Amino acid sequence: MLLIKCPWCGERDMVEFTHGGDATKVYPKDPNATTSEEWHDFIYLRENPCGEHVEYWHHVAGCRQWLKVRRDTTTHDILTTAPADGDLDT
Amino acid sequence: MTGQPWRLENGGHIDRSCSLSFAFDGKIMEGHPGDTLASALLANGTHLVGRSFKYHRPRGIFSAGVEEPNALVELRTGNRQEPNSLATTTELFDGLEASSQNRWPNLRFDFSQANGALSRFLPAGFYYKTFMWPANLWLTYEHFIRKAAGMGIASRESDPDRYESRSAHCDVLVVGGGPAGLTAAMTAAEIGERVIVLEQAPHFGGWLRREKRTIDGSPAMDWVDAVSTRLSAMADVRVLTRTSAFGYYDHNMITAVERVQDHVPKSDPFLPRQRLWSIRAKRVVLATGAVEQPIAFPENDRPGVMLAGAARTYINEYGVLPGRMAVLQTNNDNAYRSAIDLLDAGARVTAVLDVRDHVDGHLPNQVRDRGVPILQGYGVVETKGYFAIRQVLARPLVGGPVRRYDCDLLCVSGGWAPQVHLHSQSGGKVVFDAEKGCFLPSEARQNCVSIGSAAGLFTLKDCLKGANGDDVPEQAIKPTWSLPNAPGRHGKRFVDFQDDVTAEDVALAHREGYVSVEHLKRYTTLGMGTDQGKTSNVIGLAIMAKLKGQNIPAVGTTKFRPPYTAVSMGAMAGRAVGHHFQPLRRSPMDNWHHDNGCKWVDAGLWRRPHFYTRPGEDVNSAALREGRTVRAGVGIVDVSTLGKIDIQGPDAAELLNRIYVNGWKKLAVGKARYGVMLREDGMAYDDGTTSRLSENHFIMTTTTANAGPVLAKLEYYLQAVWPELRVQVACVTDQYAAIAVAGPKSRDVMQRLIDLDISNDAFPFMAAAPCCFAGIAGARLFRISFSGELAYEINVPADYGQAAWNALLETGREDGVGVYGIEAMSAFRIEKGHVAGPEINGQTTIGDLGLGGLQSEQKHNIGKSLAIREGLIDPARPAVVGLVPVDGKTWIKAGAQLVENPDAPPPVAMLGHVTSIAYSGELNHPIALALLSGGKERAGEELYAAFPLRNEAVRVRVVSPHFVDPDGERMRV
Ligand SMILES: [Zn+2]
Repeated sequence: MLLIKCPWCGERDMVEFTHGGDATKVYPKDPNATTSEEWHDFIYLRENPCGEHVEYWHHVAGCRQWLKVRRDTTTHDILTTAPADGDLDT
Repeated sequence: MTGQPWRLENGGHIDRSCSLSFAFDGKIMEGHPGDTLASALLANGTHLVGRSFKYHRPRGIFSAGVEEPNALVELRTGNRQEPNSLATTTELFDGLEASSQNRWPNLRFDFSQANGALSRFLPAGFYYKTFMWPANLWLTYEHFIRKAAGMGIASRESDPDRYESRSAHCDVLVVGGGPAGLTAAMTAAEIGERVIVLEQAPHFGGWLRREKRTIDGSPAMDWVDAVSTRLSAMADVRVLTRTSAFGYYDHNMITAVERVQDHVPKSDPFLPRQRLWSIRAKRVVLATGAVEQPIAFPENDRPGVMLAGAARTYINEYGVLPGRMAVLQTNNDNAYRSAIDLLDAGARVTAVLDVRDHVDGHLPNQVRDRGVPILQGYGVVETKGYFAIRQVLARPLVGGPVRRYDCDLLCVSGGWAPQVHLHSQSGGKVVFDAEKGCFLPSEARQNCVSIGSAAGLFTLKDCLKGANGDDVPEQAIKPTWSLPNAPGRHGKRFVDFQDDVTAEDVALAHREGYVSVEHLKRYTTLGMGTDQGKTSNVIGLAIMAKLKGQNIPAVGTTKFRPPYTAVSMGAMAGRAVGHHFQPLRRSPMDNWHHDNGCKWVDAGLWRRPHFYTRPGEDVNSAALREGRTVRAGVGIVDVSTLGKIDIQGPDAAELLNRIYVNGWKKLAVGKARYGVMLREDGMAYDDGTTSRLSENHFIMTTTTANAGPVLAKLEYYLQAVWPELRVQVACVTDQYAAIAVAGPKSRDVMQRLIDLDISNDAFPFMAAAPCCFAGIAGARLFRISFSGELAYEINVPADYGQAAWNALLETGREDGVGVYGIEAMSAFRIEKGHVAGPEINGQTTIGDLGLGGLQSEQKHNIGKSLAIREGLIDPARPAVVGLVPVDGKTWIKAGAQLVENPDAPPPVAMLGHVTSIAYSGELNHPIALALLSGGKERAGEELYAAFPLRNEAVRVRVVSPHFVDPDGERMRV
């Protein structure tokens, strides 16, 4: 049962959130100039890292804000969080 | 006290002034408050409490706590019957009914005891091997095995008790209320920390209740009472007894179950039976103690074989003599406390067998001084007795003559295992301490610390602070896991009593190559019982280590997993049972539907009127009648469940442009438009109408199923992808009641209720406007049609939904207004060829759905680039078509496969499948929508809709999916 620090609400139990997938995949800034390969990569290719991973979570039963979370997949440690359009501390 | 021949005159924390009556296998017995079921049974001279799982061997009470592998009983009867309850932790109450398990027809005569003789057919890995044999052999054995195995019988009735769950937070959570836990809790409480203390037993004290110890010269329990009383009175301390911490999860979350009313004869209806706690602690102190380990010697499972610590527990805590003539088998000094307590209680101790060669400790010498022979370097090689032990055969470990000792109790101690389960569950590592002969907690991964016996610190000096216990020096333990059979003998040496796993099974697993401890566990089922191997895991892996010629650290241990002790399903479910299993969403007109004979259908969490019954009608005839009312005049349907998302801001139209395939910038204020959105991979996702209420204000509708996901998606794009867009979105589904009013007379009815001119000129098809409806302010009117008829949708604030519904029925009475449910609504949409969930199934593109023309070429939208991938624009892709039965009457089954020849030898080429079916009231025959390869190119072809599960094949003709009013003239009049 993770404790996730929402940038707006503070530390909340994971039951208030839904997982939103890999946050290293960013929707193309200029979709018209995006190649098939880039689309393919954006839609289908996902790393499955053993260790640190940046992912989206949605505080769906809270403030309804999306956030970026850096989580260690081996320990479940939440290392840092940020708003969805913000930058994570390294 | 004649009824309790084994009850001692004095001692124990029981109330002899009060007698409790209970039944075991129908036999009425008596005990006292403070007893467990096990102690009361022993007081009545009953050691034999069950049959073993696999061999049906008679088994007795082995321990005095949660580690009990044998004394599993069924408690209570009827709807409260509960199997696999531990007699050793079940508090006795007046009227308790218990019965033994794994026996038929009764405990003393068990039909399957012959299975003991068949044991060569039930070796380790039996289930695996049987499954790997030819399958038909398994079928032969299954009946026999299922009957012989099994662990008690649960009630088939629903549980009448209430369970609840609670959350709590604290600075310090102390698990365990023995000397170490109480000391830690008091230390934390004294500096003002918010403390929670959990104790699984009914009372604090731990082993201090079970031994005659002193602290500061007084009985140790005086200290326990003083500290626990003081703790209970402190404002920021919560003490919970009868509460077992069973799981340690991420981020210092501990789950515990509090048995609020398991021990009371008649439950208080205002209290739950059990309470599940989820506790988030800043720091966790694990003072979970240690569990005594046995030694696996031949024939070690007879009733009357008991852990040494349990024997003195029955004397000291419960005032029960577990035997009158005892033998002790040990490898440590500590177990001699049991010999001393047995002697003090008036029992004989005929011999102590100690595997150590030189025994000269403080406690052994006390025993020796009282005339008890201590046989050094000795071990048990055999035991005699069937329903109860009566003799022990012992032999020097180095070989030599066998000695025989009569006894009715054989105490065994192989040392102590710190309860590192929670530490391990939390991610902490454990290390084997060769000197102490046990696993100890090492590096913690979370903010927790193990103390006292749980950390392998077994003296009071290690547990107490500011008080002094009566520790005595002890000689070193000699780690010992199993003892050999005498030459030529093959007595079973049980490692795991509950799963009937023997040392020989471990050896067999080793021979067959199952040498990893995780594999050993699964292959032999070692440690997989409800006791989680608390008295067997270490022995099992020690035996494996020896066979491999390795030491224990090299072999390692299996991962400890929750739950530490068994937890009832009721506690897990809590209040989420029956109607509360999941929330039920009701439309604002729910009561009316219920009162007017509607049959419900689930739509996600919602319930929606499926149809309204009249005498003699089934779903089809009711839906047909409801549909005809609409086609002929006017009908109303509750569409409140459709998702409604309020979208506001200067960039609202831009957002819609990026979400929907079609364009939105030019949509005029006061107009609605049908829109389709795609997933990022180009597949169709959801559809609905969205209306422009003002320049910067739209109201979007979604399907009922996707209301939540679409909102979450919009939030995602606005927050993560396009934060520059000045738009806010909000779900307003629950804020509005929505009613569709359909049929040629709908305008007549609506006009009488509304403050707008809704003539076709003033309010044409796809118009939208705020209005006052039936006196209800804040309403919104949309001229949209799902039915294909002239139709309107009216939204009113949710609290006025019933008023609006009533007004429509009242005003429309002279026009014969009717109500219809979603079965009729679904038939309308199939007649019109409108796609819905069965067609927008995640595998279809807008082209497949016949909606390709909506795609705007002027802009980008989500999914657009990927929707034009080669495979998604292949003309051979299945596309939506209509189907009619060639005979004009046979129903086509939803899910049926479309084939050219159903009788062709397999594999038969599947051309598509039937998605939606209905009976068309307009055409008077069944119709269907299907996804068919080649789509409308096949119009006019005849195929078969094959349903092999029912051996049916209906001859169908491919037609346009627009069965009724294909040009949409009716809704535009
Ligand atoms: Zn939040």
